[in-house]
Amino acid sequence: MAIVFVLIPISLVLVGLACWAFFWAVGSGQFDELETPAWEILTDDDGVPPAPRTSAETRTHPE
Amino acid sequence: MADAPADCFHCGEPLGRRAPLWTTVRGAAVAVCCAGCRAAAETIAQLGLEDFYRFRTAPASKPTDAAGEWRAYDDPALRDSLTRREADGRSAILWIDGLTCAACGWLITRAVTQMEGVVRADLNMATGRAQIVWDDGKATLGKLLGGIAALGYRPRVVTGGNVDSLAKLERRANLKRLAVAGLGMMQVMMFAIAMYTGDADGMDPSIRAYLRIVSLLVATPVMLYGGWPFLRGAVNSLRMRSVTMDVPVSVGLILAYAASVFNTWRQRGEVYFDSVTMFIFFLTVARYVEMVARHHSTGVTDALSRLIPATAHRLTGGPGAEIIQDVDVRQLGAGDRVLVRAGEVIPADGEILGGGARIDESMLTGESVAVARIAGDRVAAGTLNADTPFTLGVTAAGSSTVLAGIVALLARAQAERPRITRAADRIAGWFLSLVLAAAAAVCGVWLVLDPSKAFPATLAVLVAACPCALSLATLVAVANASTALARRGVLVAHADAIEGLAKVTRVVFDKTGTLTDGRVQIGEFSPSRGASERDAVEIAATLEAASEHPIARAFASAAGAGGVAADAQIVAGSGVEGSVGGRRYRIGTNAFVRAGFGGDLGRAAPGATGARDDVIFLGDTAGFLGGFTLEDSPRPESAGVVRRLMEEGIGVEISSGDSKAAVRRVARHCSIERYAGRQTPMQKLERIRSLAADGEFVAMVGDGINDAPVLGGAGVSVAMGRGSALAHASADLILVGDSLQALPDAFRLARRTMRIIRQNLAWAVAYNATVMPLAAVGWLPPWMAAIGMSASSIVVVLNSTRARPAPE
Repeated sequence: MAIVFVLIPISLVLVGLACWAFFWAVGSGQFDELETPAWEILTDDDGVPPAPRTSAETRTHPE
Repeated sequence: MADAPADCFHCGEPLGRRAPLWTTVRGAAVAVCCAGCRAAAETIAQLGLEDFYRFRTAPASKPTDAAGEWRAYDDPALRDSLTRREADGRSAILWIDGLTCAACGWLITRAVTQMEGVVRADLNMATGRAQIVWDDGKATLGKLLGGIAALGYRPRVVTGGNVDSLAKLERRANLKRLAVAGLGMMQVMMFAIAMYTGDADGMDPSIRAYLRIVSLLVATPVMLYGGWPFLRGAVNSLRMRSVTMDVPVSVGLILAYAASVFNTWRQRGEVYFDSVTMFIFFLTVARYVEMVARHHSTGVTDALSRLIPATAHRLTGGPGAEIIQDVDVRQLGAGDRVLVRAGEVIPADGEILGGGARIDESMLTGESVAVARIAGDRVAAGTLNADTPFTLGVTAAGSSTVLAGIVALLARAQAERPRITRAADRIAGWFLSLVLAAAAAVCGVWLVLDPSKAFPATLAVLVAACPCALSLATLVAVANASTALARRGVLVAHADAIEGLAKVTRVVFDKTGTLTDGRVQIGEFSPSRGASERDAVEIAATLEAASEHPIARAFASAAGAGGVAADAQIVAGSGVEGSVGGRRYRIGTNAFVRAGFGGDLGRAAPGATGARDDVIFLGDTAGFLGGFTLEDSPRPESAGVVRRLMEEGIGVEISSGDSKAAVRRVARHCSIERYAGRQTPMQKLERIRSLAADGEFVAMVGDGINDAPVLGGAGVSVAMGRGSALAHASADLILVGDSLQALPDAFRLARRTMRIIRQNLAWAVAYNATVMPLAAVGWLPPWMAAIGMSASSIVVVLNSTRARPAPE
């Protein structure tokens, strides 16, 4: 059973990665609006410019 | 990374080696030194006051202390744009961050009401908004905001645009907590199952100790990050010497977590990491669902207030030499002329001056078919010009438009707490103290009987008995019902309206504009001297073609397109005179037409209509040709709506200021048995009072200015969307669709909502009553208590969503 001493830390690292990925997704606005993307597939025009950011949003990366 | 600036953008202090915070001003990222400066900069940016940074001569004062941060709000210009003058003081609508349960709302309301100069404060948990009215001489906005911030909640002043981004930030934060709690819970449960199996089948002590330490590692972020809102809420409420839902939750969490850490360290006894993480996860889920319901119900108002475009094309200069100038919509005023291009949203209330267009009013009415509007018709701000450009003569702009009035009423309704929710909160508050007392008693008894069971039993009582479901019971149902009604074009302007609607036993209609559409039509023709109706209508239409009067339009639609009388002369308030086919005719009032043929008073007016004021006469130089009665035709849906109301067991009657004959006609059309014409507002009010005295709960549907006192006197009042602003202000509900169609649905929905609320309350009380004794005798382990409590909240929230049927 000594293998659990290795496997559990690995699983915890994976959980940490999952958490980080989810935080990144939330922070980049993936979950802000869940209705429009479902409809976008029905529109023909690709390359619709993304909605402008509101001034209230804080940026984490200024570049 | 771009080269970091050396100084804070807002206060000018050197940033040093600290990592700066970033925000956006005028589309550019700027660095600030602290959250206080960021909040100040964002507020200034949101209000469109960025020019402050261009023109300032010295850096802004750094918001150091709690009060200082909010002092910026005392600037007169800022204050005027954020607040409104009311009869009893100055008022502002605030969005409060960090509201976690109903008791927080109670806490803030109580604390704010005690502040100096505050006239009243009203907070609605379902929307997270508070309305505060204060005496300008004794308090300032900055002071009040500072006071609320000192309680541990972050107030923000609600202006049209920023609500959405605030809601977004809240949703993001809660999603993250949900993810941490969920992932953490799954891990800890996995280890817990391994340990339970180990208890049964035997397990190496080193592996058991290892699993416990790993559980501790995973549970700690869940406790500190996921559980943070509950811990913070508990601290806030204790500082105010009151008990909110967060107190027993936090006491339970801290006890369980601390005992588990201690037992892990000494490697003996029970650990409860599974219960802790599960409890936090389920509570977070319940709060997330509640937040979604809350955002839904505010979304409608915010969507309405965002309808108005930011700029308008103002026309200046005379005809032929017009100059189009794009101006800020706030600069528009009555009398301005504005060009509305095809596909644009109409920026202000007004009248179509030239041309005609189909107008899409769906954002106001929900009616998807665009309606044709011609020159002279009134159009409302926020509706969409579907096809043809036209010139708009502005009659009202900015905060005096119909739309702005409706939005203000809705904002007020959302800042009010319904009576029924207040009652549930009182019970919940009282119940919380009981839970804490019971937990202490259980602990005491078990210490005497069997000390080993004292801890789990106390924990189970604390966790299981939390009356979260009780305070969610009404809140979410009412919020969902408001959203459902808004989708059907019924806006709830008073928090208690839904409760009242469910109780209605009788509906009293004011005829004009409610059962009828308020548009004049030509009714019967009573001829004199053998004139044929066809000729008479044609002559009348040709004469009236010169006029813009509503009656004139009625003739135009009756006769179809025709010529215009060559030498038509309009006599204001009397009628039109002109030649048709070489003969001179007059159309208008009795006296006007009489004067046309020499005023022979002996000659009888056509029909028995001499004294009636709803008849328009046609005559030539020899005498009367006939009279047209004017009618206000019933709405197409009226009869059906009345029938559906009666099927629901609701009595219907008419009480109108119109002539008795006209009222009788509409009553027959809709098969209404009780009706009264020629009623003054006082008589209408008396009728409503006498019905109320007979035990009826009356809903009044009206639209006129003189209906306002009557609407105020009814149990529930409904105003038509096209009605006067005064009628809106005294109404509980507004039919923005300007159609009665939604009315029967509204009654049914309200009744169903009240039924759901009763179910929720019964469920919450039954759950708490059953589970408390079970937990107290120790039959309920803490983890099961966590599931039970959270499941009961989720049942209530899910049951409440039935009040909001899926959108068609």
